[in-house]
Amino acid sequence: MIDKKLYDMPQGTDMAWCPGCGNFPILNIVKMAFAELDIKPQDAVICSGIGQAAKTPHYLRVNYFNGLHGRALPPAIAIKVTNPKLTVIAESGDGDTYGEGGNHFMHTIRRNPDITNIVHDNMIYGLTKGQASPTSEKGMKNPIQKEGVIVEQFNPLAVALSLDATFVARAFTGDILQTKDIIKAAILHKGYALVDVFQPCVVYNKQNTYQWFKEKGYYVDGSHDKTDKMKAMELAFDLERLALGIIYQREGKPTYETLVREGSEPLYEKSFDKAALENLIDTYK
Amino acid sequence: MKRFSGDISLVLGGAAGMGVQTVEALLVQVLKREGYHVFASKEYMSRIRGGSNSTEIRLTDKKRSAFVKRIDFLFAMDKDVIPHLKGRISKETIVLGEREKVCGAAPECHAIDIPFTRFANELGNPLYTSTVAVGVALGILRADEGVFENYLREHFARKGEEVVKKNIEAAEKGYAFGKHIAYHEGIEVRLTKSKAVESEILLDGTEALGLGVLAAGCNYISSYPMSPGTGLLTFLAEHSKDFGVVVDQAEDEIAAINQGLGAWYAGARAIVTTSGGGFDLMVEGVSLSGIIETPIVVHVGQRPGPATGLPTRTEQADLNLVLYAGHGEFPRAIFTPGTGEEAFLIAQQAFYIADKYQVPVFILTDQYFLDSVRSFKENGLQKIQSENFIIETKAGYKRYAITADGVSPRGVPGYGDGLVGIDSDEHDEDAHITESAKMRVLMHEKRWRKMEGVRDEAFLPTEIGDVARADIIIVSWGSNRGVIEEALEMVKRDDVAGLHFHQVYPLPKKVKKLLMKKKIVVLENNFSGQFTNLLKLEYGVKITDTILKYDGDPFSVEEVVEKLKAIS
Repeated sequence: MIDKKLYDMPQGTDMAWCPGCGNFPILNIVKMAFAELDIKPQDAVICSGIGQAAKTPHYLRVNYFNGLHGRALPPAIAIKVTNPKLTVIAESGDGDTYGEGGNHFMHTIRRNPDITNIVHDNMIYGLTKGQASPTSEKGMKNPIQKEGVIVEQFNPLAVALSLDATFVARAFTGDILQTKDIIKAAILHKGYALVDVFQPCVVYNKQNTYQWFKEKGYYVDGSHDKTDKMKAMELAFDLERLALGIIYQREGKPTYETLVREGSEPLYEKSFDKAALENLIDTYK
Repeated sequence: MKRFSGDISLVLGGAAGMGVQTVEALLVQVLKREGYHVFASKEYMSRIRGGSNSTEIRLTDKKRSAFVKRIDFLFAMDKDVIPHLKGRISKETIVLGEREKVCGAAPECHAIDIPFTRFANELGNPLYTSTVAVGVALGILRADEGVFENYLREHFARKGEEVVKKNIEAAEKGYAFGKHIAYHEGIEVRLTKSKAVESEILLDGTEALGLGVLAAGCNYISSYPMSPGTGLLTFLAEHSKDFGVVVDQAEDEIAAINQGLGAWYAGARAIVTTSGGGFDLMVEGVSLSGIIETPIVVHVGQRPGPATGLPTRTEQADLNLVLYAGHGEFPRAIFTPGTGEEAFLIAQQAFYIADKYQVPVFILTDQYFLDSVRSFKENGLQKIQSENFIIETKAGYKRYAITADGVSPRGVPGYGDGLVGIDSDEHDEDAHITESAKMRVLMHEKRWRKMEGVRDEAFLPTEIGDVARADIIIVSWGSNRGVIEEALEMVKRDDVAGLHFHQVYPLPKKVKKLLMKKKIVVLENNFSGQFTNLLKLEYGVKITDTILKYDGDPFSVEEVVEKLKAIS
């Protein structure tokens, strides 16, 4: 096992998160998961978009691609395909992943690359100061919908299941050990793995608090058949009691990087086939 | 007697799905093998079936690569062809086709009857009509029948002896009929064949570009289909297995360019292809490439806009778009091939510049260029040493190390002991977010220092004629090289020469001297004179006049000749 300290940034690194933010425990959990899975910093890449959650890669020592708002997934796919030996994590918030990046979310699941998608879901926009997010509850008052959100709440688990995601999980940042185990399982899963992590925004979301999540959430127990997709769908649709844990998992579906290319060596190691080009040019004679 | 000599324009017209493309492909291949200089260009409607489309094949004693308005021989497949091409048909045009289908009840229609239906019945299948049509054309030209038969043998070998036999029979019928027509109508065609042409390669713009992209060592493409940029995606998909190219059909253009950047970041060599409308969506990725200093090569095949515009036609109105795409300021390069040879070279140069300077690079073409077919010598495909600028990182590696030339050595994740971070925020040398004004200035100036290198390596424009001696310079870029070359030759004016840019940004410094004290006339396919304005901006030169066209069609030799004659 690698010492978790290896992923720590130097002492005194300035962090942009608010005191008490749910992002801190997620950062710690990701480091613990990497350490316990023996993933060297050089072999991991975190892709993120924009927002407070998307700043995560700046606070741990691994490779990272901190790109544009909503675009954590497209580079993550390309990185995994270019170098399948890398452990690739896409990590961003609910607005980034389900709103701005909604189309990529759907089509990444359809591709099924072997990446882990950790979504810091605080059901609100933090960095832009408290507007509704796709996962905000109907009726939640906010600076733009003064009388409350009027549109339907986005259901990431149900959407992922409907697109045949092979690993769908929900976690709660209040539970370090369970969340760590879920994220470890997600990284080990061969294929696209969604971990939607409830993470209270202590500044802007006065509705979905630590207390709220504790009351609403419960863990699926050993009797839950993870391979039962219809049961998983039922759990995903239940917004009264929020199921936590691995809701659905199925092994054996081919991953995108094995379908779209041959071999698993990094593309930069492949040498150019001059003879093939000359042969091809000859066909135009 | 109807004599044609040295320069023939043969046009095939019909609805989409009637086999015009099959006839064109066959005819162009066979004519090239016969030793004729051929140039083919096409115009078509944005629909899958129906409408009226046409292809022009020019046969010339000298190599040409331009569209002419004039039609000498028109092979018409249905009654829409003549009205569709009315403005190009003259009394001298010889119209051929199944008279009943071509003319209908139109009283003033003079078409030489080719009984395609009868031939199809005799051959037992209308599928062979295309081969009959090619045979007729070759018969009129009195081309070598054996070359055609050999080609058919090769082309249909995989389909079995019966198909080969039937095609040869169809070819013979067509050929005999063509000869008969020529005799009967008193048509005489004189063309000089060239032995050298037989062994040349025959490529359209897309293929020349695609081969260049492969030669550049490209191994990743993520794109969303959009005419006329789709051809490159299809080309690379066709050869993906042989060249190990990852082909991803993206959900949208935003995903495409963000994937392209992710691929380069991890060590691949990626391109994205699109047209103006799709490129609009990619713009955020261009800006991202600028700040993360991750290379990207973008092919934009232009078509007339705004918005959906004329989806299948041609224009050069997206120069400003690629020149200014992306918020913020950062260096870039824009290449605009005018020939197949240039496309092959430019594709490699684009990857080289993108990789070396870690900047976005654009290859700007258009529908006319991509769809036009021309043959040239194989050694016209100039290979440049494919370099890879990736370094193995050491512990403590800094992705954005401040350097004298602005280029920070580029590592990739998993190769070496260092960690590779990239960040869309302004960042420090270690790629971490900064809000330090001092660091911002250091980074911004570092990025801009790269522009010096990009400019120093800029391609010089091609001189057509004696630019130093001429008083008037006709400036063009991209697909208009061929038409300028031919028109200048036709007008025979010592005081006029041409300058063609296959790189339009950044512009090489020393060209300014060439333009001083000259009358400059810029010819381009747009309304506002986008390159005209860029020349003014970059060189501070005065532009005397512009020749602009924005109706969706390419310039014809005839109209450029007329313009050049009138210039004083």
